[in-house]
Amino acid sequence: MKRLLKGVALSVVAALPVAAAVAAVGEYSPVTDARLANPEAANWLQYRGTYAGLGYSPLEQITDKNVGKLELAWAFATGQLEGHQSPPIVNNGYMFVTTPGAQVIALEAATGKELWRYKKELPMEMLQLHPTNRGVALYGDKVYVATVDAHLVALDAKTGKEIWTKQVGDWKALQYITLAPLAAKGKIMVGSSGGETGVRGFVAAFDAETGEEAWRTFTTAAPGEPGGDTWPEGAYKNGGGSIWITGTYDPATNLAYWGTGNPAPWPTEGRPGDNLYTGSTITLDVDTGALKGYFQYNPNDAWDWDEVSAPVLFDKEIGGKNRKVAVHAGRNGYLWVLEREGGKLNFVDAYPYVNNNTIKSIDKKTGRPTYFEDRRPGLGKGDVHFCPALWGGKDWTPEAYNPKTGLFYIPANNNLCAELPEPEPTKYKKGDLYIGYPIEAILTGLRWAKDTKEAPKTIGEIQAWDIKTGKQVWTHKFPTFNWGPLLTTGGNLVFAGGTNDRKFRAFDASTGKQLWETATPSGVTGVPTSFEVDGEQYIAVQSGWGVDAQRMQGGIDRLLGEVTHVPQGGTVMVYKLAK
Amino acid sequence: MMKLQDMGTAEAVQTPGMPSRRKIFRMAAAGAAGLVGGMALSARVAHAEEASSAPRVAIGDRLVEDDAEGPLTPLKVEDLTVGRPLLAFALNAETGKPRTESRLNKIVLLRLPEAELDAESKALSAGGVLAFSAICTHQGCEIKTWMKSEKVFACFCHSSKFNPTKRGAVAGGPAPRSLPALPLRLEGDQLVVAGEFSSPPGSMLQG
Repeated sequence: MKRLLKGVALSVVAALPVAAAVAAVGEYSPVTDARLANPEAANWLQYRGTYAGLGYSPLEQITDKNVGKLELAWAFATGQLEGHQSPPIVNNGYMFVTTPGAQVIALEAATGKELWRYKKELPMEMLQLHPTNRGVALYGDKVYVATVDAHLVALDAKTGKEIWTKQVGDWKALQYITLAPLAAKGKIMVGSSGGETGVRGFVAAFDAETGEEAWRTFTTAAPGEPGGDTWPEGAYKNGGGSIWITGTYDPATNLAYWGTGNPAPWPTEGRPGDNLYTGSTITLDVDTGALKGYFQYNPNDAWDWDEVSAPVLFDKEIGGKNRKVAVHAGRNGYLWVLEREGGKLNFVDAYPYVNNNTIKSIDKKTGRPTYFEDRRPGLGKGDVHFCPALWGGKDWTPEAYNPKTGLFYIPANNNLCAELPEPEPTKYKKGDLYIGYPIEAILTGLRWAKDTKEAPKTIGEIQAWDIKTGKQVWTHKFPTFNWGPLLTTGGNLVFAGGTNDRKFRAFDASTGKQLWETATPSGVTGVPTSFEVDGEQYIAVQSGWGVDAQRMQGGIDRLLGEVTHVPQGGTVMVYKLAK
Repeated sequence: MMKLQDMGTAEAVQTPGMPSRRKIFRMAAAGAAGLVGGMALSARVAHAEEASSAPRVAIGDRLVEDDAEGPLTPLKVEDLTVGRPLLAFALNAETGKPRTESRLNKIVLLRLPEAELDAESKALSAGGVLAFSAICTHQGCEIKTWMKSEKVFACFCHSSKFNPTKRGAVAGGPAPRSLPALPLRLEGDQLVVAGEFSSPPGSMLQG
């Protein structure tokens, strides 16, 4: 065994990243605050393209009129299995994708030629609850990746050479990072997953140049802090509120908006109170990390409803007043419209967008929900059925906003519910799950709506909403579920994968009519992007099924008594118009 | 009846990493910055060897419950409830120390009615108790759930399933290979390791 391990160590040394000669892509254009705040139409410089989280490309060469002529420009096999969710991020001809295991691959955006690849050395002993990675951040001449063993790594954008590595969390405590970092004002910000392993959630900022930690703000309030009285003694220490999706950012105010995860453990008996700031959006000052405001979607959550996807930021006239809104399609099945006022997040309105039998009412002034308490699982309740399911109306998959159509798009799952039994005793133990329900019950807990024996005709949806009127404008429904992040473009298009038939599709952004589809090697749960090189517009997405889409498939298969095979393996897919 | 204070007791505040690991990574970062290239390499080797090189089990080992409180007591058949998995470590019979150097050494025990075991499973088991690596062969999560409804082990992380009465064969989900089986025998009423794992414990590492 000793010999075997030495062999492993040697091969690890041999596998240190080696810079390949950089090809014809030319000089690397450093990424500045100004460029991130006002990205060129040709580039997709960060997770959602813009700080505001729009998921919008202004490019309009590919339109609702010609999208039928879209064809494959090139494809690139990553050689990795599991959930390929990262957006292909593009800066003047350089493309960066990440894979599960936090590998970073730099490619020539127009051809798919590999420029370099970085492989994070992962501890042998580590386990991966969510084997995925959601992309890089670009800043200056560096590329940043946060890793599943809870590190932040800075790489030279041109060569892939490691510049620095910082430990952010402790993988032995099952802290792990899957999000794309947020880069702003000389800082690289990340958070850690672990809502099911008893982490204390945080956002941490590191100096972009040196990797020195600048600040760390925890998402569960300690005694003496504002909100500290919303936890019984000590419970905040392992109270969850994990951060696992990139925050959005307003450069005008220097405020970042982060979504926080569920409180831990799941049963509420041991943590009476609102459990701030779990299930919330929090506003942080990027210079100091100071908490400037929050809105809690799920006080005292009992349903594993992480609200981790950050709100999308845009301006909208509502009720005759032009407002700076923060819009979030909640895992709790409501579409939330908030108004930004300094760091404060004021409630404007909320609309149920999927089948919900758990939220009883929402206070018109404060936005605070009340619940049908018989839908709250707990001691003495027996089996409790509730909608939406644990995965919610929408999980992490990002929404999109198109300034041209003025519509807000949601990748939703409707008609899915869950059942949980009585909780079981649980005690925090480092490196173990901290949930509070029997695992078998969770694995078999997916349900249709109450008293529905037959499967619903549709589950997955793409919805388009007019935030001004609070009306749903169109809905495209799928026979099975949807785990597809959205891209919308200046060509009046919405792009998405997300279904188990390996398809990637384009829709008319104004009407929802499907205009184009293609089959990919695996299923698509990756974030799509658009970019331009030498005057040609491309659409890019990673195909690579796994993680929670695979889990949900398992749950639905169980209900249907079927076995669905979706092939795995990552491929970067890039499309352009046929000549 | 369950007590309220059992419903989620906070025990320890997490700190970002143990000091020793921090040190290693500070060294690695310094090396990568071009100060001392060789230093970074040696730090990496040290990191890779952090996983223990001690054997996972040895023939003649006893078994002890993971997380047992008080003195280490070798497990007997009677300590296991039929149909309820128990996590354990091997106990070095010579030194009296549990082999807890690596989490990959973790073992899951399951007691089944002996009548439900075929000849092959019976040969692996002792008093109806079967032993397997508790590390899922997919992504390394812990196997500790017995699904009564399907009579399989299930992994919480990605729903891989393994059949303990078929030498740990994959019964569903993404796992690429069987759960390594560990043969047992009885000495008196104590459970004793009777052979090596049928294959190396651990998950499939990706390239």
